[in-house]
Amino acid sequence: MLQVDELFLKLDGKPIINGMNLQVKKGEIHGVLGENGTGKTTLAYLIMGVNNYKPTGGKILFEGQDIGEMSVSQRAQEGISLAWQEPARIEGLTVMDYLSLSGRNPGIKRISECLEMVGMEPRRYLDRDIDNTLSGGERKRIELASIMAMQPKLAILDEPDSGIDIVSLPILLSSMMELNKQGSSILLITHSEQMVEIADRVSVLCAGSILKTGPPEEMSTWFKENCQSCVHINEPVFESLSELIRKGKNSG
Amino acid sequence: MVSGSIEKEYAGMVEAYEKAGGDKDSLADKDTAKIVIHENKVLSSDGVSGIKIETKELENGVDVRLIIEEGVKVKKPVHLCFGVLPEEGLQEIILKVDARDNSEVSVIAHCIFPNAVKVIHKMDADIEIGINAKFDYKETHYHGEFGGIELIPKAKIKVNKGGVWQSTFALSEGLVGKMDYDFEVFCQEDSVAELIVKVYGKGNDDIKILEKIHLDGAGARGLAKSRLVLGGKARAEVRGETYGNAPHSRGHVDCIELVNGSEARATAVPIVSVTDETAKVTHEAAIGSVDRRQVETLMARGLDEDRAVDIIVKGILR
Repeated sequence: MLQVDELFLKLDGKPIINGMNLQVKKGEIHGVLGENGTGKTTLAYLIMGVNNYKPTGGKILFEGQDIGEMSVSQRAQEGISLAWQEPARIEGLTVMDYLSLSGRNPGIKRISECLEMVGMEPRRYLDRDIDNTLSGGERKRIELASIMAMQPKLAILDEPDSGIDIVSLPILLSSMMELNKQGSSILLITHSEQMVEIADRVSVLCAGSILKTGPPEEMSTWFKENCQSCVHINEPVFESLSELIRKGKNSG
Repeated sequence: MVSGSIEKEYAGMVEAYEKAGGDKDSLADKDTAKIVIHENKVLSSDGVSGIKIETKELENGVDVRLIIEEGVKVKKPVHLCFGVLPEEGLQEIILKVDARDNSEVSVIAHCIFPNAVKVIHKMDADIEIGINAKFDYKETHYHGEFGGIELIPKAKIKVNKGGVWQSTFALSEGLVGKMDYDFEVFCQEDSVAELIVKVYGKGNDDIKILEKIHLDGAGARGLAKSRLVLGGKARAEVRGETYGNAPHSRGHVDCIELVNGSEARATAVPIVSVTDETAKVTHEAAIGSVDRRQVETLMARGLDEDRAVDIIVKGILR
């Protein structure tokens, strides 16, 4: 469904995404596991086409189509959407309005279901603005609910667990699984091994490149052993980077 | 009640009132206090139990006195409808409001100038909110597309102990023209004042806004909030001033001006001052183009860029 081929992005001469290869298969939850600063959010932005990020090399193919020159809206209309790590607050736009925006025109029943799935009581939230009066956790959950209302072909979830209290994590995980069950493939970007437990496959990211791709348990263990204790974050030294990338490509 | 000679004018005002978003049934409702004024003519003036409305026609406008009796809690909003329907005209409204102790009322004012090419509308209001009284005032303008209007609304408001004044001034339909808004509130002990202005400037609109709150009584609270969107060659200067003069008084000035176009100009001048060591007044102002992150958030749901900007602008002015 999504294929990232030899993708590069340099910002101010510094490589942020460095020859990345990644494949998300139709119907899967694909985790991208990486420490802070490894390029996770940049990858999300490049796929969605936001923040003025344009690849300096390589291709992003969605359902076989090169989406590199498409606007954000066009990518969304093709079936890609993004739940932001820090979603914007918009004064005067209610939760109901926000969840109604997707082309699917979900009615109030569907919108209420989506809110309930992320653990929010519709009666309390439908008329609230998605502005600064919401807590960070509430705004994040509304972001996920809006993706559920949209039901994109590919949902990019950027650190969906950040700012979410530990009690709400199971609700979050089950709602992501429900989203997947309803037909959305998911690119789940996170630094948490717990989150990728629900993934079908996981890719480990370092220095803007995918090091390895494999089953969640195996990748989490590898990540814990190699990345969490690594003193060379973004400068992998345990094997040659090119060797790891080659392996990653083969396992993708 | 409407007399025969002014029926036509009244019908014209009601039609314009409805087009401007007013509820015309409320103007016919016997249980609703209301005034309809066209230029310097009082077309309709009805009080209800607990509300007295007195009017006096002047050479260029109308002197209006509105009294809410002590302890009266008015169930239905009072409707005020001011307007000038011809292309040219001058309307001066002298408004005196006396909301007596423990009263509660909501007032909805519609100011309608749909054909204005050379119209001046002035309002000089002198308002007193009694002890523990609550007054909610919403003023919405409808200006048409010619922009030939000069708008000068001025009000001095005294809010007595425990009283609440909330006002919202909204002008997003049609061109603003030239506007000089000046509302000043004096808050006594434990009283509350909220001034909100929402304006959409377009064309060559020239907008000046002054929201001034004096927190003179202990525990008084004030909010001066403004939301402006400017397109075309519109210019705006917003002054939000709050003075914390009394113990434990709290105030906040909050201004957002969105500039949507390369030729519009926006200025914000917040003044916050305290003369008591336990008072606290804060301010925040944001001026600039529509936030890119907000636009992209909506685009990521499939909206095109223009529609996304439109939703953000409407949200700010809602």
